[in-house]
Amino acid sequence: MQWDIVIGLEIHVQLATKTKIFSGSSTAFGAEPNTQASAVDLAMPGTLPVPNEQAFRYAVMFGLAVNAEIGRRSVFDRKNYFYPDLPKGYQTTQLDHPIIGPGFVDIDLADGSSKRVRIHHAHLEEDAGKSLHEDFHGMTGIDLNRAGTPLIEVVTEPDMNSAEEAVAFARKLHSLVTSLGICDGDMSQGSLRFDVNISLKPKGSEELGTRTETKNLNSFRFMEQAIAHEVERQMDILEDGGRVIQETRLYNGERNESRSMRSKEEANDYRYFPCPDLLPVVIDDAFIQSARDLLPELPDERKARFREQYGLNNYDARLLSEDASMAAFFEETASHGKDAKLAANWVLGEFSARLNAEDKTVTQAPITGAQLGQLVARIADNTVSSSGAKKVFEALWKGDGDNADAIIEARGLKQVSDTGALEQMVDEVLAGMPDQVAQYQRETDPKKQKKMLGGFMGPLMKASKGQGNPKLFNEILLKKLNN
Amino acid sequence: MSISREDIEKVAVLARIRVDEAQISALESDLGNILNLVDQLSAADTSNVEPLAHPLDAVQRLRADEVTETNQREAFQAIAPATEDGLYLVPRVIE
Repeated sequence: MQWDIVIGLEIHVQLATKTKIFSGSSTAFGAEPNTQASAVDLAMPGTLPVPNEQAFRYAVMFGLAVNAEIGRRSVFDRKNYFYPDLPKGYQTTQLDHPIIGPGFVDIDLADGSSKRVRIHHAHLEEDAGKSLHEDFHGMTGIDLNRAGTPLIEVVTEPDMNSAEEAVAFARKLHSLVTSLGICDGDMSQGSLRFDVNISLKPKGSEELGTRTETKNLNSFRFMEQAIAHEVERQMDILEDGGRVIQETRLYNGERNESRSMRSKEEANDYRYFPCPDLLPVVIDDAFIQSARDLLPELPDERKARFREQYGLNNYDARLLSEDASMAAFFEETASHGKDAKLAANWVLGEFSARLNAEDKTVTQAPITGAQLGQLVARIADNTVSSSGAKKVFEALWKGDGDNADAIIEARGLKQVSDTGALEQMVDEVLAGMPDQVAQYQRETDPKKQKKMLGGFMGPLMKASKGQGNPKLFNEILLKKLNN
Repeated sequence: MSISREDIEKVAVLARIRVDEAQISALESDLGNILNLVDQLSAADTSNVEPLAHPLDAVQRLRADEVTETNQREAFQAIAPATEDGLYLVPRVIE
């Protein structure tokens, strides 16, 4: 049987505020356990929450970026459940009157098409603390530093129909929140958490199947694998005539397997009710305008500008504009590099490959855009060959020298483009290879001739200590041999 | 409106309150009375009334995003039943 895959996402975006959503405790990462958990965060009796204005500003900025309606009057509710990392016994969240109403995001797909994914709503809520299950004499350790960190939970419509679409949406969302500067986007630290709702239905059917929710996807790669895994699992069940159970599943990326976390059928009864500790929050036009004034250039606008300003194709422009720090790095490279297309090739090629190999982000790169740009400029003006440039890049990356010109000079990588000197080298090399020259001149098949030409390049590069401009060598060779 | 034994048991589980067999009959009538009161309220025509999010007719004030809290861990942990390495210890949570 053929199946349609239906995917909706819920995304928790940790907001990059300095303090928590309802208290003045710091949210700085990496503090000693419980040193950033105040009386409010610990739910001590007699405390009252006071909402953080910046969390609302960030939420509104997000709403504007996803073309959404802004909730002029939003209300906090209590979602009641017991867990040791939730000291209050409820999570303060928004149910019926969220800060962000319906919106949409357009995603680019590999085949060049684009697709609109609708946002159902996004609401503000607080994060829970962390449970450490290592053995503390048979007990569990609780760190409440994260308790009360502001989150927006973004809920999409079930508009995605493949892992590719879901991952494209996730990347776009990552790109949006990091460009907005409202989230650091570090998935491995849980700053951005994706939960995937997946169901299958017979191809063409209108009726949605039973869905499962898969959690714990801390990279895009795991997300893609987890979706493939869950689709296959559901397909096996359905094709064996079974029934998918509505449940939450925890994905283990290392092992590519998932297990049931809890069954939603045994009624998760959260007994929501409006939080009596908090009044409705009213957002006025002035507040929305102030948030709008803070909006930076967004990835879609940036992509269009990259195509226009640098003459990049859609693919390169998209890859370079998605991530704000990558985009900034490229622009710095291009501004020093004279040739924007060449700068794009180096940023997307050598530079990105190196980041991936070392599992680094752009901001952790040991070289600056200006350094790479200077190198690109030297490739563009023929000072260095592309193979020489790779050596320079390597040296810059390792910190053996801090600018391309000095490295080129110190290592003698400067390409010889003086035609007089090159002609002399060609004459000398050809004089030493009379048989090959004669063979070349007898040959009538241009393809074979071209191949034989390569046989002269090796000795020429050797004669020039690797510094001869290969393009010029080629031209001179052809001229001499065809005489 | 009446409330069933099963509902009482379920609510007790959700609220993490232990209820003995003997208390259930009393709760049946007490909670039933409360629900009757809610039924009376429900009889009022509220079709033209905005749902009330809060009894105070005011809007929430917001706070500037500045750190105002200091580390009080020692004071808080002094009254915790068990701590170690700065963590609060709780009975083992098994997922």
